[in-house]
Amino acid sequence: MKAPPTAEPRWAMRLLHWLCPPHRAEELEGDLEELFRQRVGEVGLRKARWRYVRDVLSLLRPSLMKRDEYSKPATTTMIRNYLKIAFRNLAKNRVYSFINMFGLASGMAVAMLIGLWMYDELSFNKQFKHYDRLAKLWQFVKFDVEKASYDVLPIPLAQELRSKYPDFESVGLSVSRNVILAAGERKLLKMGNYIEPDVIDMLSLNVVSGTRFGNTDINSILLSQSLAGALFGTGDPLNKLIRLDNKQTVKVAGVYQDFPANNTFSDVTFLVPWAFFAANDDGAKRDKDEWDSNSYQIFAQLKPGADVGQVSAKIRDIRMKRDNPPGYKPEFFLHPMSKWHLYADFKDGVNIGGLITFVWLFGSIGVIVLLLACINFMNLSTARSEKRAKEVGIRKSIGSLRSQLVAQFFSESLLMAVLAFVLSILFVQLTLPFFNQVSEKQMSIPWGNPLFWLAGLGFSLLTGLIAGSYPALYLSSFQPIKVLKGMMRTNRSATIPRRVLVGFQFTVSVTLIIGTIIVFRQIEHAKDRPVGYSRSGLIEIGMNAPELYRHYTALRHDLLNTGAVAGMSESSNSITEQAGGTTDISWKGKKTDTKPLVMSNYVTHDFGQTVGWQLKEGRDFSRDFTTDSSAMILNEALVKLMGIRHPVGEIVRQGGRDYKVIGVIKDMVKEDPFKPVNPSFFAVNYRNVNTINIRLSPKASSHEALANVEQVFKRYSPDAPFDYKFVDDTYARKFGTEERIGRLAGGFAILAILISCLGLFGLASYMAEQRTKEIGIRKILGASVFNVWGLLSREFVILVAIAFCLAAPLAYYVLSDWLQNYQYRTELSWWIFVLAGLGAMGVTLLTISFQAIKAALMDPVKSLRSE
Amino acid sequence: MKGTYLGEFEEVVLLAVAIRSGDAYGAAIVNEIEQQMDRSVSLGAVHSALNRLQEKGLVDSQMGGMTAERGGRRKRLYTVTAYGRRALEEIRQLRNQMWDAIPHTAWS
Repeated sequence: MKAPPTAEPRWAMRLLHWLCPPHRAEELEGDLEELFRQRVGEVGLRKARWRYVRDVLSLLRPSLMKRDEYSKPATTTMIRNYLKIAFRNLAKNRVYSFINMFGLASGMAVAMLIGLWMYDELSFNKQFKHYDRLAKLWQFVKFDVEKASYDVLPIPLAQELRSKYPDFESVGLSVSRNVILAAGERKLLKMGNYIEPDVIDMLSLNVVSGTRFGNTDINSILLSQSLAGALFGTGDPLNKLIRLDNKQTVKVAGVYQDFPANNTFSDVTFLVPWAFFAANDDGAKRDKDEWDSNSYQIFAQLKPGADVGQVSAKIRDIRMKRDNPPGYKPEFFLHPMSKWHLYADFKDGVNIGGLITFVWLFGSIGVIVLLLACINFMNLSTARSEKRAKEVGIRKSIGSLRSQLVAQFFSESLLMAVLAFVLSILFVQLTLPFFNQVSEKQMSIPWGNPLFWLAGLGFSLLTGLIAGSYPALYLSSFQPIKVLKGMMRTNRSATIPRRVLVGFQFTVSVTLIIGTIIVFRQIEHAKDRPVGYSRSGLIEIGMNAPELYRHYTALRHDLLNTGAVAGMSESSNSITEQAGGTTDISWKGKKTDTKPLVMSNYVTHDFGQTVGWQLKEGRDFSRDFTTDSSAMILNEALVKLMGIRHPVGEIVRQGGRDYKVIGVIKDMVKEDPFKPVNPSFFAVNYRNVNTINIRLSPKASSHEALANVEQVFKRYSPDAPFDYKFVDDTYARKFGTEERIGRLAGGFAILAILISCLGLFGLASYMAEQRTKEIGIRKILGASVFNVWGLLSREFVILVAIAFCLAAPLAYYVLSDWLQNYQYRTELSWWIFVLAGLGAMGVTLLTISFQAIKAALMDPVKSLRSE
Repeated sequence: MKGTYLGEFEEVVLLAVAIRSGDAYGAAIVNEIEQQMDRSVSLGAVHSALNRLQEKGLVDSQMGGMTAERGGRRKRLYTVTAYGRRALEEIRQLRNQMWDAIPHTAWS
């Protein structure tokens, strides 16, 4: 009789076969099959199968699954024993285990965080399909001695590239603007780009609903998903109308997926056709064929195989070959997308890197911190392992082979390393939100990435192997008879590597301490710099809505009448930035061979009084002098450039008009607070302005004052959102990069010191324990607590002193190099080095003293009686 | 004494081993119990009970007797040990003793 082959549920059979201990498999499977065949006859196939499955499941109980304990004395048994001993050792020396694992785990966590950060930086912009073929147009221009670089270009260049240079697959103009978008009652101030349709393809835009706009569309807009949600909630945004800046109306053509966070375009929330911009923007209308008006960005996609360098060389002199070349000698070139984020800095016509410096800097810090943690781990493991020489002796006399001892020590250190890895993942998970905040990123642990696990586990194994190599290879070579007789003595040379490692740790720590102090000093230095105006209670409001123009006097009157406002004026750009400059300026005695760039600022009469600038010479603009419409106020930098002793009363010619200099102000820091102030002039102009400056009255609370100001604004421009910025905040943001570096460096320094101290603490307690008897005898012979403390501390103090001698020149070298990046910089004072050295010494002594004093206070009777 | 305590199901299984004397293995005992008691039992319960009985020393086992119905696999044949037999007798005796102790008036 033969049953049909598919009769029994296969999976159940396999399950049993897989889980069942081998010595039971035969009888159980036999029973199952016999019962099954019998039941097929009695109750039918379906029920028999059902009973079969039930029986299999009922057999999967622990009492039947138990493997026969003595059936296979294999290597697994021995490894299980090693692990058991390893765990017992961990539990027995809780403090050491904690120090060891905690130190290694925090080192790994730091390395992991930095690794994530580097990965994020290096994968910037890589989401684009044509990543390797995209580029942005830049130009070098020469105003003065050095070439400056700008990513803004003239409009006609785009058409020129498109029509005459076959290397380009597509070329597109783009410009970013902050715009008020109004859909029904909702009004939002958002940043977006006006682009030519080709740019959509370059950016591999993912349009999720609706369609992209084409060459013939003018009044349409593409919204990012997040903006569409903010404007229309859950409703369908397609074909809805949106008013831009309360002027023109556009129709929503489609919605695209937001650009990812690590992307140049992550701030762009909507896209509008360039044709719309060209038709409505006064500047764009004026600059349509203007080769010397550089205000627009141009993106380009090269044909496959075209080389960025070669194409750059071809397009370099486009402007200089045309008629009437400008004095600043523009050289066009392509900046490939792969370099946008990390290599964005140019100096005199050469790319000098950029953020990539930090990628490497933090990368090396990560490696060093990890190295510190590994050194600790090895130091402590080796120090502890000497305690176990007796265990090795006994194991050997009972019959352990050397290879088994090697395996034992390795399995112990591997266990530690893997536990530390697990712990470090926990640390990373806990600190990631904070780290994201500090580094202004949105990173997460790549749980699904096999490479991450491979790297992490691979590294843990490596650390475990290295840390375990000393005890595994050295201790296992002991002769049992010597060890058990107590003749085992560590010779002095064995401690040398340990000292070198501790010295290295402290060199790194001291360097990092000095570095942190300098970075913060540099930030403080720039923050304390006199800015030339008063920031307190100064707010600025962008004039996006057209109603805000042409009401200057009335608006000012109303604002001052609220009593909450001490001063109000308008200016051509925010006081924390510099929008325009000109080379079309001359004065008596100006050298004809240079074309210096002078920053131009247009303000209303009340500007000086509102922002509180400091007049050095002459007077402020005043309505009492009608001639002030052609008057100029200069800053000290411009006076210095002009080389005129008493500039008041001089005539400056700019843009074809003569201006009379009526005053000189102290330099106002408008741009980079780490750089010298550029030469600038200020002239009265009520039309060429876009920012309202308001000084809140110190008498009212800023909350009340703002409410009052808002009321006034709502009267003039009921449709625009009241969007103001405190100059204080805007100015503070200029320190973002430096503060980030400072905070990260500080964090790493603290960690490095912590890790080093953990290691030191472990070593000190180990040494104190080793010398218990010596200390006992010394005390009996009359040594004081202080003597013993000195005895135990001396070695470490010498180590730290040596470390300091190494760290100081290293830090000096690295940091003076870093400070070279800043023209306005702090000094590397000697006291910083002394402070760092004393700090490191203090921490060291504190760490050791705890152990040293504990050892010194021990009762000698007890320590000597122990054998 | 905990070691020799017999649960109700263990007792049933031990009895079934005794009934099938000479040919008592998992499947046979399942059949025996199902026939005798008219209730369905799972193979796992039977094997685990046999396992416990063997640990207590009430049954003994050896491998043997392969048949075609089992796909050529051997059976584990259980036999009741002398100690198992005594345990069964003791239970029976205890029950009888208690039956005898019931006063006749209890049923009226």
